[in-house]
Amino acid sequence: MTDGAEVIVVGGGVTGLSTAWWLARSGIDVLVLDKGVIGWEASGRNGGGASHYHSPLFHEEQALWPQMDDLLGYSTEYRRERVIFATTEHHLRNYHQMADACRTLGYQVDDLAPDEVREMVPFAGDNVTGGIHLRFGGQANPQRTVQAYAWALQDLGGRILQHTPAMRILTAGGKVTGVETPRGVFACDHLVVAAGPQSGLLAAQVGADLPLAMARAEMIVTEPGPLMAIGGVDGNGLYGRQTLRGNLAYGGGPHEWVEVGQSGPRARPSTPLLRNLARRVAELLPGAAHLRVIRSWAGVVENTPDGRPVLDRLAEPDNLTVATMSGVGFGLSPATGRAVRDLVLEGRCSFANLEKLSIRRFAGMAADWREANGWLPTTHAQARADMRA
Amino acid sequence: MAPRGFDPKAVAGKFPEPERQVQVLVIGAGPAGVAAALAAAEGGAQVMLVDENPVDAGLLGLDTPLYYGARYTGAVQSRARMLEQVFAASPLLETAFEAGVQIELGVSCWGAWVGGEGLISLPGPVAGLSDGERAWMVGFETLILATGARDVVFSFQGWDQPGVMGAQGLHALVKTYDAFTGRRLVILGSGVLALETALFALANGLEVVALVEVEPQVQGPSPLADQVRATGVEILTGSAPANARGGLDGVESLTVRAADGAEREIGCDTIVQAISLTPVIELLGVLGAETAMQPTLGGHAPVTLDGTTTSLPNVFLAGDVAGAPGGSWLGDDAAVESGRRAALAALGRPFAPSDALKAPAATHQVPSIDYQQAWMRRLLSMNCAQVLICQCEEVTREALLAVRQPAYLGPPSAGMARRDFATLLGDGPANQDQIKRLTRACMGPCQARRCREQVALALACAGNESAARIPLAGYRAPVRPLPLSVLADWEEARAMSSHWDVWLGIPTQWVPYADIGTDRELLHAGVLGGGPDE
Repeated sequence: MTDGAEVIVVGGGVTGLSTAWWLARSGIDVLVLDKGVIGWEASGRNGGGASHYHSPLFHEEQALWPQMDDLLGYSTEYRRERVIFATTEHHLRNYHQMADACRTLGYQVDDLAPDEVREMVPFAGDNVTGGIHLRFGGQANPQRTVQAYAWALQDLGGRILQHTPAMRILTAGGKVTGVETPRGVFACDHLVVAAGPQSGLLAAQVGADLPLAMARAEMIVTEPGPLMAIGGVDGNGLYGRQTLRGNLAYGGGPHEWVEVGQSGPRARPSTPLLRNLARRVAELLPGAAHLRVIRSWAGVVENTPDGRPVLDRLAEPDNLTVATMSGVGFGLSPATGRAVRDLVLEGRCSFANLEKLSIRRFAGMAADWREANGWLPTTHAQARADMRA
Repeated sequence: MAPRGFDPKAVAGKFPEPERQVQVLVIGAGPAGVAAALAAAEGGAQVMLVDENPVDAGLLGLDTPLYYGARYTGAVQSRARMLEQVFAASPLLETAFEAGVQIELGVSCWGAWVGGEGLISLPGPVAGLSDGERAWMVGFETLILATGARDVVFSFQGWDQPGVMGAQGLHALVKTYDAFTGRRLVILGSGVLALETALFALANGLEVVALVEVEPQVQGPSPLADQVRATGVEILTGSAPANARGGLDGVESLTVRAADGAEREIGCDTIVQAISLTPVIELLGVLGAETAMQPTLGGHAPVTLDGTTTSLPNVFLAGDVAGAPGGSWLGDDAAVESGRRAALAALGRPFAPSDALKAPAATHQVPSIDYQQAWMRRLLSMNCAQVLICQCEEVTREALLAVRQPAYLGPPSAGMARRDFATLLGDGPANQDQIKRLTRACMGPCQARRCREQVALALACAGNESAARIPLAGYRAPVRPLPLSVLADWEEARAMSSHWDVWLGIPTQWVPYADIGTDRELLHAGVLGGGPDE
């Protein structure tokens, strides 16, 4: 054994870093291992949204975000509220249902007439059919947030080892004892697997079945434009935001299923899909259609068969906790970290019911579930044949 | 085994067939690209040759793709006139046209894809093109990149004003555009690139006052340096640009500081940075071709066994994109030769490997990445912390190395004030993309053409590391800044729009937690994720 910690977290994405930070706040000696650079994968490549009304962690997400800059001691660029608006009746119906779901949970959502949308969103055009204004939620800068977690963790004495992939989980007597890496073995009393796409292969090493399928999603970024009063503006089949610098960053649309091995995604190409994204941003914000697209990026996310997270402490080994957010992890991360901290230290989450996010729901899952769902890498020709069939 | 399912929300099957299909697509109509196109056409292939010149005036102002330094006449605003000029400047274009090559001038290539790791959903290899008014896709069998090399530029006091430009920018404005407005030049550097640039300027009736070199010796071969000196041009070695003073029209003088600290102000209207070129590898980055730091070839360059082939079977190299030997250009003859080789390779015929890249100008000292770093080190030592290293995002050298958050975030927190590049180095090797995310250096509309290399060099100097060890900051499509409305696919096929979803379209993903497992679950499924458009 070269070194160790009370708790080792495998994965320096937002889920793992937030978990480690919450643990360190509780005085736990914690070590984060990352295969490369922290936040390099989907944690640093997402829309930055923070309004996940469907999640059991929603209330905590809403309670924590306004405090995060102070709690962490570093800026996350968090900005409050969100406007979602439509350019079709179909989307507007969806957004109204979304508003109802939020109101049911006790959150204020205002319906917006087209004129009201245009007033709040100067870039919006004549094609607006209506929208909703979430008086909660918001958005942050994913890359700054990742670094804020990491620095806040270090400020509390937590350690991060980059370029240190977890190769093997070591067990003895039904317990995890440590993690083997190219830098040697690190011992621990408890292990958190928050390794995104690699989580399934790691869980399998201790006999846990965590079914995951990986997909690539893409976003585009424009040069800066004039700052809107609310940065969290989206709709028209897009998610995204205007950054505090003024850039428009939007994603959405079809994903590509990819294979990911234990060393992580080997490539994250963005594709000609950027044209379809550009079109939708130009439709959503005609007043900004002249802004130049200067970048695109892609991230690889892991997905469970039902698209819902797994936040669970295993029955055996009972000192291993699994945390995957099924591709929707950034916004919820302040709350997720706290929940996983609870699972590690208390065995259960103190502020939310996570029963339905148990890994046990996938027990007995058919080995070929990805094939049955069509969640496998597929060529153009194969897909065209499938479409015809 | 369950029957194989189909995911209607996945991208496979949704990309349209490209509007046009060609056998050989050549990007860049410099000597190498034209030679490649011509040779491919003579070899019987159907060839399209694309060149972005004349570049849209808005992009010239962003120093994209070259560092033009705003030293051009109003003529660049007239697209029709510029098209004629660009065609006239390259007589071989007419030959290529007569040989049946389809020539697209004023058309940029903003992305190219051949599929591969993590991308198998494309109908075939495809490139994205744009004339600035619209964008379209062209399918190809083989792609020849003749995208050349661009200037590695450095910041110093006053560099962010009109009149500071690159050697390639100068060549483009003088030769290709006939629209250069400078008269009196100071040239930075003394390698082959700088010496040849001086002779080029003199041959075109421009005045060259001096060459400025930070190293104690002239870097280029003596005969070439003698030729320059014979014209009365001074080469000031051991000297560095301290301050470019200017007025509304930009540079009016350059103060040069000698090794002993003595300063001298030289009147000039243009400062040409001719220190090193670096290959234009941005499309290789988008394609996913292997590149690597190649210290004697100007920086990050394609991984190639023979100067022609790449790690991708259907992508080939012609000219300076394969590597700028000693940070300079290949020269027209070698470029033409390399274009012909690329055409043979693209047609699947045997070709001789290039030796130009293997033994670049062995007769004299070859400037390498170390030479670029020597420049950076000297400039960093000149007490210019407030010099902008990234013009678009207004990041100073000091802010870069302090990893300071951008000004719009207000004053840093106590924790932030304790963090800088040195503390980040404690966490792992320097990573330019990481620093970029924190400081915004290299994130602006010029797509880091003015700062990518110098930021890497500055990080290397600050970390006492060789610049050769700083990982490349990644390239992403579109590699030309294009308006949303231009890039947009306004003719989007129904296959793409009919199942468009905000996220992955997993029907159970967005069901409110309380409703999971209840009879309300079905109500939500497939609606809250956005659902199909129709």
